[in-house]
Formats: sequence, C-alpha cells, structure tokens
Amino acid sequence: MKKIAFGLSTVALSLAAATAQAGEVEVLHWWTSGGEAAAINVLKQEMTDAGHTWKDFAVAGGGGESAMTVLKSRAIAGNPPASAQIKGPTIQEWGDLGFLTNLDDVAAKGEWDTVLPSVVSSVMKYDGHYVAAPVNVHRVNWMWANPEVFKKAGASIPTTWDQFITEAKKIKAAGFTPLAHGGQAWQDATLFEAIALAKGSDFYNSAFLSMSDETLRSQDMIDVFSTFKAMREFVDPGFSGRDWNIATSMVINGEAAMQIMGDWAKGEFTAAGKKAGIDYVCYPAPGTSGQFTFNIDSLAMFEVDSEDAQMAQQDLARLILEPTFQETFNLNKGSIPARLNMPRDKFDTCAHASMDAFLASASTGDLVPSYAHGMAVNSMVQGAINDVVTNFFNSESMTAEEAVDKLARAVKAANM
Amino acid sequence: MTTKSANSGSGMTQSRRPARLSLADWMPKLVMAPTVITTIVCIYGYMIWTAVLSFTNSRMLPTYKFVGTAQYERLFENDRWLVALSNLGVFGGLFILICLFLGVMLAIFLDQKIRAEGAIRTIYLYPMAISFIVTGTAWKWLLNPTNGIEKMMIEFGFEDFKFNWLSDPDMVVYCLVIAAVWQASGFVMALFLAGLRGVDGEMIKAAQLDGAGIFTTYRRIILPSLKPVFFSALVILSHIAIKSFDLVASLTNGGPGYSSDLPANFMYTHAFNRSQMGLGSASAMVMLGCVLAILIPYLYSELRGERHE
Amino acid sequence: MSNIAKRQTSTLDKVLRVALYVTLLAMAFVYLAPFIVMLLTSLKDVEEIRTGTLLSLPASLDFYAWGKAWSGACTGGTCEGIAPYFLNSFQIVIPAVLISTIVGALNGYVISHWKFRGSNFFFAALLLGCFIPFQVILLPMAKTLGWLGVANTTSGLVFVHVVYGVAFTTLFFRNFYQAVPAELVKAARLDGAGFFTIFYRIILPISTPIIVVTIIWQFTQIWNDFLFGVAFSGFDTQPVTVALNNLVNTSFGGKEYNVDMAAAIIAALPTLLVYVLAGKYFVRGLTAGAVKG
Repeated sequence: MKKIAFGLSTVALSLAAATAQAGEVEVLHWWTSGGEAAAINVLKQEMTDAGHTWKDFAVAGGGGESAMTVLKSRAIAGNPPASAQIKGPTIQEWGDLGFLTNLDDVAAKGEWDTVLPSVVSSVMKYDGHYVAAPVNVHRVNWMWANPEVFKKAGASIPTTWDQFITEAKKIKAAGFTPLAHGGQAWQDATLFEAIALAKGSDFYNSAFLSMSDETLRSQDMIDVFSTFKAMREFVDPGFSGRDWNIATSMVINGEAAMQIMGDWAKGEFTAAGKKAGIDYVCYPAPGTSGQFTFNIDSLAMFEVDSEDAQMAQQDLARLILEPTFQETFNLNKGSIPARLNMPRDKFDTCAHASMDAFLASASTGDLVPSYAHGMAVNSMVQGAINDVVTNFFNSESMTAEEAVDKLARAVKAANM
Repeated sequence: MTTKSANSGSGMTQSRRPARLSLADWMPKLVMAPTVITTIVCIYGYMIWTAVLSFTNSRMLPTYKFVGTAQYERLFENDRWLVALSNLGVFGGLFILICLFLGVMLAIFLDQKIRAEGAIRTIYLYPMAISFIVTGTAWKWLLNPTNGIEKMMIEFGFEDFKFNWLSDPDMVVYCLVIAAVWQASGFVMALFLAGLRGVDGEMIKAAQLDGAGIFTTYRRIILPSLKPVFFSALVILSHIAIKSFDLVASLTNGGPGYSSDLPANFMYTHAFNRSQMGLGSASAMVMLGCVLAILIPYLYSELRGERHE
Repeated sequence: MSNIAKRQTSTLDKVLRVALYVTLLAMAFVYLAPFIVMLLTSLKDVEEIRTGTLLSLPASLDFYAWGKAWSGACTGGTCEGIAPYFLNSFQIVIPAVLISTIVGALNGYVISHWKFRGSNFFFAALLLGCFIPFQVILLPMAKTLGWLGVANTTSGLVFVHVVYGVAFTTLFFRNFYQAVPAELVKAARLDGAGFFTIFYRIILPISTPIIVVTIIWQFTQIWNDFLFGVAFSGFDTQPVTVALNNLVNTSFGGKEYNVDMAAAIIAALPTLLVYVLAGKYFVRGLTAGAVKG
C-alpha cells in the first residue's frame, strides 16, 4: 500500500516538477524523542506545503551513532541523502571530503550573514561558503528542577557545586533521587562539562579547545573530577543506560529533584503539559550563571545530482532560516532560534533567560562551545575524553588524580 | 563398492564420454563461479583493503597516508581496547563453557524417552529464533535494578534482595553471558541431541553387557563418540562470541562506562563514530587474527578428514 | 539409545526419573520466563507496569500496545508502527533465503561430487568467510553496492545477505552430500546423466532434511540481521529489526514498555513460528548430517 501510494506521489510530483520545480528531499536525522519529533514535523509540514516531498529517514539510538553509520555508508556508495543532521567540526570533516553543496545563493538572498550571529555562521561555513543551515542554538549548561520535590525535602536550589552536594544530601534523606541522570557516555559528559565550566570559561577553553596539557593535568581539573565523582551517590541505581528523556520524566513525575541537561529537556516538559516557573524551574547549572555552553543543531546539505532535488534542497535551506520555522521549531524543541532579533513573546521565561545569556556571554567571552556535544573538538578527541569521563564515573577504584593523568594521555593519543 | 568401480571401465558408456566431457568439466566450475567471484572480492578483497587501511592514518573515510604500525601501537595503549579484549576472554570463555555444559546436559536428559519431548525441545530451542536486538531489549528490562527481577524479588518479600549487575561495571559482562547463554544454549542442545540420536546402538549394548552403568556408558562410550559435535558446537559458539555486537549494542551499549565493550563494538565505534578508520581497521585485523586462530585447526581437521576418505 | 532408558524398576530409578522431569521442567521455565514476561508486559498498561511486578497478570486483556506497535508508534516524523517494515523484511528475506539455499546446494554438490583442482582449497577459503567480522565489510560493501547501482535498495540488501550467507549454506550442503555415496553419482555419470540431471534425479530428492535446516538457519539469520539492515537500507527499505531498534529508542515522555515489548514480539513472530512449526524437522535435519564434523 505504502509503496503504491509512494509510487503514485512520485509520478504526481514529477509531473508537478515540470511546472513548479518541486522535488524530494531525504532528510537523515535522529530527532526521535517527543519534543524533537514534534519540532522536525514542523519542517516536514512546511516542505510539504511548499509542494516538495519529505522523505523522513530517522535512525534512532546512541546519540546518532547509527545515523552516522548510515550516512557514511550512503556517502561512500555515492548516494548520500539530500540533507543530514550533522554539526560542529563534523561539518568541516565532511566539507574536507567534498561532499557538501554550496548554499551561498540562498544565504545571500536570506541575508544569513546579517541575521545569524557570527559564532553560528562560522560553524555553518566550510572554506568561507555556507554548507549547512542552523535550526537552533541550545544552551547546554542548564539545571532543571522540580520545586515540589525541593519543598518536600526542605532544600533550596543550589548555585554552586558545593551547595549542590549539601542540598542533594537533604533531598536524598527525604527519599527522593537528587539527580536524575542516564548512564550514557554523552550524558556523563554533559554533567562533567557543566562542572568544569564552573571553574571559569578560561579554564574551560584551555582544557577543551586548546587542549593544553598543563590545564588538563592541573589541580583544578582534579577538583572537577572529584566533584564529578561526588555526583555518583546522588543518582538512583537504575541509571545505567537510561535515555535522557526518561531521566527528565523522573523530574516531571516528582521522583527526582534535578537534572543537568541542555534545554532540549524543556521540550519534554512542554510535551508533558508542564509550565515553566510553576511545575518546573530552570536555572543555569551551579556556578555557571553568566556562562553559555552552546550546541547548534544544523542540517548540512549534500551534493545531489537531480535538479529537482537541488531545488528542493535550496528551498529546505531557505525555509529553515525563515522566522516562522525558527520560532515554531524552537518552541517545540526547547532551544532558542539561531536567528537574531526574533519576536520573543511566545517563548517562555527559560528561553528568555537563554536568549539574554547568549547575547551577554558573547561579549564577555563566556560563550563557549560544548565539548560534550561535539561543538568544540573533533569526534576523536571528544570520544577519547568521553571514555575517560564515563569510565571514571562508573569506576569504584579510580582516583581523580589517575583520571586526570588518563585524560591528558588520551587527549594526546587522539590528536596523533 | 568394488563392482561399481569396475564398471567405470565399461566400454558402452566410454564411447559417449568425450562429447560430454567438456560440458561436464565446465559445468561445476561455472556453477561455482559466482560464489568464487563474490568470495574473492567481498571477503578477501575487503580483508586486504582493511589490512591496508590499518597501516594508514585514515580518519573519517579511507585515505592512503601510511603510518606503519602506529595504529597497532595506539590500539594496545588504549585502555578501552584492553577492556574489550579481556571482556571477550571472559564473555567468550564463560559463554562457550556454559552453553556446552547446558547443551550436553539437556540433550542427555531429553534423550531419556521423555514425555512431551517435542514441546520441551521447542521451548529450549526457541530463543535461537529471536534476534539479539529483541534479546537485548527483553533482558535489559529483566535485569534493570529498578523494575526487573530485583523489584520482583523485593515484592515477593525478599527485602534485601540485590541484583544490580547491569549497573555494576565489574559484573555487567556477566549480564551479557546470561543473555547470550539463554539464547544459544538450546541450539547447542539440539546439536547434541542430534548427535546422540546418531550414536551406534550396538556399541552401547556391548558396553552394557559388559556391566557398565549408565554414567560410565555416557562418560566412556557416548560422549567421546560425539567429538565432532563438540567441535561443530565450539566453532559455532566461538563464531557467535566473536561477533556479539548486536547484543552489546542493545543490552548495555558498552556501559556502564565502557566496561561491557567487546572488540566488535570497539571497532564499530572507532571506525564509524569517532572517525578513526585506521585504528578501527587495526582492531578488526586483531579480531581476524583471533578468528584464524580458531578456524585454522578446524579447517585442518576438515581437510585432513577428506584425505582419509 | 533406547537401551539406556530401558525400563528398570528399582526405586532409585523412579526417584531419578522424577528428578529428571523436575529439572527439565524447571529449565523449560527458565527458557520461557523472558518470553512470558514480554508477553505479560505487552498486555499491561503503563501504570500497571510501574506498580506491578514482572510476573503479575494484567488486570484486563488490553491489546492497545499491540495495535500501536503494529501501526501507530512513531519514529521521528512518521507514525506507522512497524507494519511497513515487516513487509520490507519479507521482501528481503524471501529472495535472499531462496537464492542462498539454491546456490549453497549447488556449491555443496560440486564440492562433494564434482571436485576440481582447488575446489577443496576454495571450500576452506569460503569457510573462513563465515567468520569475517561483518563490521569490517560495511564501507567497501557500500562502495560495491553503489558501483552496482543497487545502493539502499532491497536488491542490494538481498545481494549482501546472499554473499555472506552462501558460506554457511555451502557448508551445510557439503557436509550432508559428503554422506551420499560417490559411487551413486559416478554410476549415473557413466550412464550419461549430466550435471543437472544427476542433481535433480538423485541428489535433490534426498535433500529435504538439509534444505529444511538451511532454510530455517538462513531465514533466522537474515530476518534477525540488524547491522546490514541499518547500513545498507534506504528510508523505505529498512527491515523490521531497524524499525524495532528505532522504536525502542524513541520515547515520548515516559517509556512505553508495553509497546516496546509488543513490537519486539511482533518482530520475532515469523522466526518463532518457523522454529515452533518446523523445529522437529530442524533437529531431524541436523541428525541427518549437518553436524558432522
């Protein structure tokens, strides 16, 4: 049935294409959880309204690991999808290999250079040309809390990591899980990164951008690891392998008090019908209030042969930057628009805080790329750091000093 | 037998042979040709290609900048790889031993003229029909400390019951063993049951006439005659152990930390998700080395058996 | 073997016999338990799963989860359940099983009865192919499929499964045909029968047990494959295992374990049916020669 329907619509489209330049875009992505799926459906709808066919190629699991395998397999077979969800330094890697197509025309028409903040547009460009379209800016260093649980436990929202430990002990004593967490490498990394950021943006950049051996081996880094390990006793026993949104639902249900997670977690609260400021509250991760770790999702466009597909692809890029899409998508996903100067009345208080922090931090140098989400370093270094971080968090015997030594060595080996 | 081979010299058929010889000669080769080609290209070609890549610094996609054995050196300095290798040792060893033990035991038990043998046999065998993805999904749930077996036992009244292997880095590899044994032991049972059914009854009769008890008969006569079955089972099980990728991916995804990583998962992660094609290829070559170590004795015995015929 | 279990009437034997049945049934329970839990879970609603235990019975028979898993569950932007992927799997599995079985039968026939120079060596080399870690071949195979023009299509997946399945099917048939007396084939050749005539008239009629084993084995292997399915499929040719993985990794708010379990059972149904219905022939076929070292 599906096949026939699909066949018919292809025929119908190829007829339409002759007049309206409609085509099909295949979009490979791993936006599969509630808020993410709702967000991507917005784009799907807009493309369909524009007369194009949207081929939704979702490959779930493992933070896009399977999706990346599919992408490589397709690229090497000479049949890449028109568009794929890749981001950060990975865009440069694909650009190096010559797979990405040039979006400069659309960008010029849409004045991307003026509507996008430079920190965003520089990520979208390869060799000075636009090759990807940004859909959002995520702030990663958020803490989500259930005020009800805090009230019951007689605890207050922590603003430093030391305070976090004191308050979490109270919450645990009251019978709640203090920290909702999922034991997956990237979630461990998200927590670790937030703790490292509290040591200051200079420390953060020196460790995760310049990868200075001195910083990686410093006493500050040892402290970061010690604090990180202290979190281990605040998670529940079933945390292993748990998905991030299941952890979020623990905060929603009042089983857990807090979660350190990027603002995509808000999408889950919204999908569950919860209101910011009432049912849940958002605070910057302890000790990072003026800082902003950014994670920009983007769709990179691949070279495709057919002219129709190219048209559809350019249209897709154009639609992504349209204010209407940026608004609806980000309302669903919990992030803030990649475009500047958007009307902000529909966004909630958390998003407002995010937008303000984004602009403010850009001028103070506190706007830093998220290592845990592949914005700071390439996948090799990121993977090497993650290995040390996640192994340390789960190991009972490794000391913070040992971890620091392993970290420095792993980073060096990955940079070979 | 002798009469038949004498027939081969009979004149009547010989006169027809030359005309058919060429076709008859070519047909077998023609039939095998597609397999030969795909084997050369898709198995050996790819293997060589991987071997070549393991000496390059290929990252996201293959490149041909050669770096000698640097990738192998990096590999054996990598903590995660060493964990994966030792996990394979523990997992593979336990998995094979337990499967063999259970398989033999259940096969012998089932071979005692059991009522409803067919039904019981099907129950033992069915997990083999299920994919590792499903096995992983189901066992992840059973072994999860907050809603699985632990919770059930606590609600049955064992308040202090602890079963949190899935989140314990030292124990998680045994979770893999449990799930894999559950899946494959029934198949081993079927192999041995088939073997037992093929054992020569006369031999057993003779042993029993000599006064041998049932246990002695099994230990001395029957099990030794099942040596080829042991061997087949061993090869199939090692094959499953080395290739266990789906199970790890769906049950633990390597965690907690990377404590349940196996070489196949290490290779996959590095080659595909971390843009370390060279390192991934080097780990694949080490895996292939392990495979050869298992397979060569098997092939040797196969081909030697041939010569005796 | 019947001699061992010969009726003896001592009390010890009776006790042993009871112990034997108890052990067998206990083991049967262990093997069945995960499946029972999956089945029970799939029939409960989310609240019952949270409050109940693994083996508690559902309050009422609720097939909501089954319906949703089959045709309503969402992955990304599509909400079609796993039904369409189920069909995809059949489109891949049926041709792949048939082709690999036929090729394997012919190969086995050649290797055991029409030996030529190097055929044994080739067989050894092919066996090695059973053991290649499949992660290794993903990229070169993708390149090959692209070059053949079948990348991300059903035909491409069938091709991959045939190429890597033939090693096993050849092994099965070769071991089975080794037991066929060489004289039988020789005599037929002398009588003027050709390659295919002998195959049809003599070999094929006795091959039923091994064909059953091979088909069951291949069906299970290919149906359950995930790695090739995810790497080589297009967006509309993904097999059911990939869909299942997508489904269990996708969650909206809370995790719907009942839907996950229902989907897992549905995905496993065809192979389960094959094992339950044809299990007898499977063991029989193995007895007939597949396990010969």
